Amino acid sequence: MMIRKQDILCLAGAAVFACSPLVLDAYWTDVLNNIGLYAILALSLNIILGQCGLFQMGHAAFFAIGAYTSAILNTMFDIPLLWTMPLAGILAGIFGLIVARPIIHLRGDYLLIVTIGIVEIIRIALINDVGGLTGGANGIFGIDRPMLFGLKIKRPYQFFYLIWGFCAVTIFLFHRLENSRFGRALNYIKDDDVAAEGSGIDISKYKLIAFVIGAFWAGMVGTIFAGKMKIISPESFSFWESVLLFTIVILGGMGSIRGVLLGAFLIIGLPEVFRDFASARMLIFGAAMVAMMIFRTQGLLPPLPRKYDVSRFFSKAEGEQS
Amino acid sequence: MEEFFQQLTNGLAVGGIYALIALGYTMVYGVLKLINFAHGDLFTIGAFLGLTLLTSLGLTDSVGPVAGLLVLAVMVVVLVGVVGYLLERIAYRPLRTSPRLSAVVSALGASIFFQNAIMLIWGARPLVYPHGLLPNITVDIFGVELPLIRIIMFAISVLLMCGLYYLTHKTRIGTAIRAAAIDQGAAKLMGIDVNRVISLVFMIGPALGGAAGVMVGLYYGQINFTMGWLYGLKAFTAAILGGIGNIPGAMLGGLLLGVVESLGAAYISIAWKDAISFLVLILILIVRPTGLLGERVADKV
Repeated sequence: MMIRKQDILCLAGAAVFACSPLVLDAYWTDVLNNIGLYAILALSLNIILGQCGLFQMGHAAFFAIGAYTSAILNTMFDIPLLWTMPLAGILAGIFGLIVARPIIHLRGDYLLIVTIGIVEIIRIALINDVGGLTGGANGIFGIDRPMLFGLKIKRPYQFFYLIWGFCAVTIFLFHRLENSRFGRALNYIKDDDVAAEGSGIDISKYKLIAFVIGAFWAGMVGTIFAGKMKIISPESFSFWESVLLFTIVILGGMGSIRGVLLGAFLIIGLPEVFRDFASARMLIFGAAMVAMMIFRTQGLLPPLPRKYDVSRFFSKAEGEQS
Repeated sequence: MEEFFQQLTNGLAVGGIYALIALGYTMVYGVLKLINFAHGDLFTIGAFLGLTLLTSLGLTDSVGPVAGLLVLAVMVVVLVGVVGYLLERIAYRPLRTSPRLSAVVSALGASIFFQNAIMLIWGARPLVYPHGLLPNITVDIFGVELPLIRIIMFAISVLLMCGLYYLTHKTRIGTAIRAAAIDQGAAKLMGIDVNRVISLVFMIGPALGGAAGVMVGLYYGQINFTMGWLYGLKAFTAAILGGIGNIPGAMLGGLLLGVVESLGAAYISIAWKDAISFLVLILILIVRPTGLLGERVADKV
């Protein structure tokens, strides 16, 4: 396979980006870390919303479950934080499966409203200290820093490599997923679910799998978030977090990994750049959302049309004939 | 029993507010099949405008509390109606033919815009309605002492709902609204100006929401810039409960939700009060997505 020019550019860009903590101070490195966390979360939401076209606005619920799972296991049972990551993901995934099962058939905007309801119920449950585990409105504090290969990760630049390393893995895996049989099935459901069902795709099953994958990944991000903040409280998982993630995916371009990354940089990064207009930034942001939908519905960087190598198909067909 | 009646009447009063807001959702949904996420914020605008007009004009001092509040309510209703009209023209009309998601995102953007505009204009801190505008007396009904304001509020919301019912079911323009809701194309062929109908719906709905905002201000005394989305979500639940797109359904749903929430808060747990409404929302969508009186909404899988 030939190495394309694009790939080289991407790798060079990634290499330059990886050096950025060397020149940035702790504050801006931390901003990049936040962008990274939101980027991973938005990528996981992208599977559900972007690839499969399910209007899910409760993504913060899965994120919260992951973060609380890790925090509880770490503070109560002294399990090293990163060891709790798979379990955080699995619990979030199971939760996703349980809540999505009965609502998966709802039409677009109804699903959206129900998922808002779910994220609010989760937040209220966390505030009310369910089972005496979640610490009520104060949340859980004293969470350990993550340890990786015997190295304690505590400084912003260390987190930078942890978060963006995880982000790189996410991008790679989700890119593979997008171009798999599964990814194509999800896109088909998004474009025309009746035709997809007619072609033998089990819609409910695929939608559920998309939900569970998204939830699982968001849960794992929760672990990193818990380790980064050391304190988690219900306030970190409000409805607005879900709205932010939703808009990152929509503004960036539904179903496009490049677009989602760009969206994360714009929506989390730009407000930091324009701190002077801090109070008006959300106002502009709201107006921008409206303008965006009117003038560029598909998002800033919409997914490229899928490419199929026709020549390969023909040569295979000829081979079969002869 | 006393406690039960107190909670029941409180639920009806709050439910009346939910119903007024829910009417805005349901009318817009009926005509455009769009969930107007910014509707809750129009309600908040109503509450804040009411407070500003109340303190700056001093109407209640010059013409007496009842007449003053009436004039005030009319002004708020007109102003919020204008905001609703502008919202439709700017944020929704260009998206009439685009995919549904675009309009939903535009609505969310408008909601964020309004919420922050309110915060920038009136500040982030909660504001307080002046005390003692309405006499703080209780009325004895069947041996239960009920605050007068609760009864007035319930009466006003019922009155407004009756007015709306009359408008939509007994007048020419109401017939046009219902026709546009059933089939826009056919309504156009019958000579109905659908664009005008939609503009009208976007004025009536927010106007009712604005009136509800003033009532919330008077009832609870405190308003803040984020209250819109919680009320909005609950009112939306009410609209779904009654069957979205169905005007009597929204009234029924609002009152029912108010009562359920109020009784739930009293007898189950006050901390879970908001969760009860969301649970009702989820259950109704799973079990009976058509709502109590409504059309079919869920796709078959």
